[in-house]
Amino acid sequence: MDLLLISVLPFLGALAVSLAARWTRTAQAIIAGGFTLAAVLLLVSKAPAVLGGQVIGSRLEWIPALGLNVEYFLDPLGLMFAGLILGIGLLIIIYATFYLSAADCSARFLAFLMLFMGAMLGIVISDNILLLLVFWEMTSLSSFLLIGFWRHLPEGRQGARMALAVTGGGGLALIAGMLVLGNIAGSYQLTEILIAREAIQTSPLYPVALVLILIGCFTKSAQFPFHFWLPQAMAAPTPVSAYLHSATMVKAGVFLLARLWPVLAGTDLWFYLVATTGLVTMLLGAAIALFKDDLKALLAYSTISHLGLLTMLFGFGTPMAAVVGVFHILNHATFKAALFMNAGIVDHEVGTRDARRLGGLVHLMPIAATLGTIAGLSMAGLPPFNGFLSKEMMLEEATHTVWGGLEWLVPVIATVAALLSAAYSFRYVAHVYFGPRRDDYPKAPHDPGIGLWGPPAVLVVLVVLIGLFPAATAGPLVQEVSGVVIGAEPPYFALKMWHGFTPALIMSIVAVLGGALLLWRHGSAERIWRALPLPVAKNMFDRFTALLVTTSRTITDAIDTGSLQRSLFVFFLVAIGLGIEGMSAGEYAAGARDTIPASSIDVIAWLALVGGTVAVMVSQQHRFLTLVYISVVGLVVSLGFIHLSAPDLALTQISVEVVTILLLLLALNLLPKRAWPTSSRTRRIRDAVLAVIGGGGVGWLSWAVMTRQPNDPISAFHWAQAKPGGGGTNVVNVTLVDFRGFDTFGEIIVLGIAALGIFALLETAARGASGRRLLAWKPDLIRSPERHPMMLVVGSRLILPMAIVVGLYLFLRGHNLPGGGFIAGLVFSIAMLIQYMASGFEWAEKRRRIERHALITLGILTAAATGLGSLVFGEPFLTSAFGYFHLPLIGEFELATALLFDIGVALTVIGAVMLALSQLSNVAQRAEKIEHVEHPMDIDPSRTTETNL
Amino acid sequence: MSLEFLVASAVGLMTAAGIYLTLRGRTFSVVLGIAMLSYAINAFLFSVGRLIVNAPPIYAKGVTEYADPLPQALVLTAIVISFGMTALVVVLALRTYLETGTDHVNGTPDAGETPSDSEGDV
Repeated sequence: MDLLLISVLPFLGALAVSLAARWTRTAQAIIAGGFTLAAVLLLVSKAPAVLGGQVIGSRLEWIPALGLNVEYFLDPLGLMFAGLILGIGLLIIIYATFYLSAADCSARFLAFLMLFMGAMLGIVISDNILLLLVFWEMTSLSSFLLIGFWRHLPEGRQGARMALAVTGGGGLALIAGMLVLGNIAGSYQLTEILIAREAIQTSPLYPVALVLILIGCFTKSAQFPFHFWLPQAMAAPTPVSAYLHSATMVKAGVFLLARLWPVLAGTDLWFYLVATTGLVTMLLGAAIALFKDDLKALLAYSTISHLGLLTMLFGFGTPMAAVVGVFHILNHATFKAALFMNAGIVDHEVGTRDARRLGGLVHLMPIAATLGTIAGLSMAGLPPFNGFLSKEMMLEEATHTVWGGLEWLVPVIATVAALLSAAYSFRYVAHVYFGPRRDDYPKAPHDPGIGLWGPPAVLVVLVVLIGLFPAATAGPLVQEVSGVVIGAEPPYFALKMWHGFTPALIMSIVAVLGGALLLWRHGSAERIWRALPLPVAKNMFDRFTALLVTTSRTITDAIDTGSLQRSLFVFFLVAIGLGIEGMSAGEYAAGARDTIPASSIDVIAWLALVGGTVAVMVSQQHRFLTLVYISVVGLVVSLGFIHLSAPDLALTQISVEVVTILLLLLALNLLPKRAWPTSSRTRRIRDAVLAVIGGGGVGWLSWAVMTRQPNDPISAFHWAQAKPGGGGTNVVNVTLVDFRGFDTFGEIIVLGIAALGIFALLETAARGASGRRLLAWKPDLIRSPERHPMMLVVGSRLILPMAIVVGLYLFLRGHNLPGGGFIAGLVFSIAMLIQYMASGFEWAEKRRRIERHALITLGILTAAATGLGSLVFGEPFLTSAFGYFHLPLIGEFELATALLFDIGVALTVIGAVMLALSQLSNVAQRAEKIEHVEHPMDIDPSRTTETNL
Repeated sequence: MSLEFLVASAVGLMTAAGIYLTLRGRTFSVVLGIAMLSYAINAFLFSVGRLIVNAPPIYAKGVTEYADPLPQALVLTAIVISFGMTALVVVLALRTYLETGTDHVNGTPDAGETPSDSEGDV
């Protein structure tokens, strides 16, 4: 349970910070820091047990059918990473609070940061690989938000996009790889996969899984050839670079290599893929870093190089190399995060981070200079700092590694990389802090407040402590963590400064001296480097994406010309083609089921429908007439529903019919009343042929279905369970509010959205070109002299209470007899629409008490609350409850929670219908320019002459 | 003639009318076409539950003959959603007309458009 708590704390923190967006920055930092600190403390309280060999787990079922559950476990490896994520996260929160300028929205920043922290934490403590993948994607997304935090900067947006494209794309490969791995192991649970080494490495799918997983790891950890996104991501605010792009996110790939090491490592394929990639990346990153003038770019490439080093170590596949890898993860996180923060301080205080414009800062910023120098020398691999220890051990491992039969290859490249690494580290220290003082700094440099130098100082203290007392400080942790990575007792190792005159020491001395020499001759080296014809990965990426965009645009433009007619034609053609294909693949002849003979009344109704449909087609030029004809079709459909045992459908159809025709009438008032065909004769014939084929196909399909015996897997269940399970006898209504209540819940939301869409479309119609046309609009129909006919007004007033009673009646009986929320909602709406029609918009609007938007919201909330209510009783969402009660005089009656749900449905329907229609009549009202009158229902004699059509 | 034939042929006819009308160049015809297609599709879905006369799906003990309630429930919400969609499309058509001055679906008047078609200044 504690693990669950730790995992949700960052997310809660993100939520809390975003809610506190209007508070002061300090308050927000305290909130974010508080949640992080709580997680740190919880983690620390678990540390003794975990380091003592106990694995803490916690589990919550999520989607067991998919094998996806919230399963966490905390072992030493997870503990170390969780500690880095939370600990450095805490430092970064403090640092960022002082780093961000007053114009930056700190709540947004901290919320994104906490979101990232939660995602990253999820990766390292997930026991379920599907869950791990979810968190993995979440880190890509939150890192996208953080890199693009300064969204006004184009490089920020580009960097964010590139990072998302590369790491997100790699994430897709990882998903595939993990699924393959899970299938081989027969479980998605990490703890079970980790013991299936035999099965995995002998499986023919092992190479597939390995390559896919490695693509995921390499993209995330910026390994060659996917390394180019990391320098671009440096457009992020420096706290983000320090946190995501040095200490945590980029280590996710390395983490996964370590996590899956026991089952994936040890094969030749693993060695050549992983170790080679790491070796190349280490060398390349170090070489490029040396010639970067931007401090953050230098550190970015240095990070790439160190990630390559880690990848190489895990790629070696030997237990001892894994031990060194674990130790270096720890060391690199400390000195690199400190260096990034240090570069941020320089940028913040001096106003530039271009190494060519810096130097001599040691006199002006002694604190920053001390911290930067210590961390920089640790990165260079100088004693007595922690970077020296792990670099020595790395070089030692390199001497034992043979690549493709070449004994010298790995040690030489490792030494060269270490040399370059020493050179760029010296450059960072020398070109920023030492040398002569300058007088052309953009700002007057001075040491920052403790808020900025405090957090890196903590890390620098660790750098020194681990360097001086490695066995006492990091020893136990490295021992336990490597045990987990290796999956067995780790080999004996000693974390100490002096190992005697070993080959590694000589390599190290060569590297340091060579590095110093290279820095001395940096100018000439740079000229040679610039002359080399090196491909720029970013440009290649840009060209590639540009190619993708052009290609997809060409394809899209070829298919979609922006013509609805063309798109629909293609759509119908494809749909009909698929239908024909489907029918010809299976049986399509009529079945042998008994049919019901049709009476003469049935045939008459059918004739009315056919006549109505044909009339709609032929009277296209007279639009009001088409409305009359189409309502005949709707009426026959409703009658058909009554006749064919669907009273609920008939009630719904007839009320929807009324509302739809009213809506079309209102719209037609403003649209042209007559229209001449726009298509050519050939086109009409072509469309007619398609329509006949489509209609014939659907009609035949319907016939073929109805003449077959039903194959009924679930309808009988609904019938049998309606009364005992749902407490109602109207099975259709019980299905709507109970069995398929979730569908209904979705439907009313859609309806509400449609109504809001209509509102948005019409609310803005008074502006721009559309507003000018509305102003210039003239009534083009004969107007009745009686604006509000007396009989209609009186009649409608009488009808209102009766219609309400009918609606209530239909609503209340809906659970047991035809009726229900949809129908009642429509009946209520019609009752009110009649008032609008008879007495005019102005009159009715004045008497409206309730906001229609509010009705929609209220309806959806009522339905949701009813659904959630069942959760309180430990039942799934939308489980209904009912009971029978006895009241004197009234007798036995039933109350069901489904009734509450149905109230929500009815309210939403009323709100949506009224919003759509009243908004439309509002626009019409504006266009009509009816002058305001005290008694809107009076006869207006001036209108007798308005007959212009 | 059987009821099944009447329903099937009506579904076919309404589908054909719907397809033809949605392919027309005027927004109002498209709206009518969508309404027609909604009728056709709802009737088709309903017919999948097979036809039965005088046996509404109201539960009572001992009743064995009843209409399939499931398609009915699905069609009921479909009817309401069709309304929402028709309403949205018709308002979209209206707004496009107000915005562009033409009721052609592509927003551009055809070359052969007759002058009497232009609105308001007859």
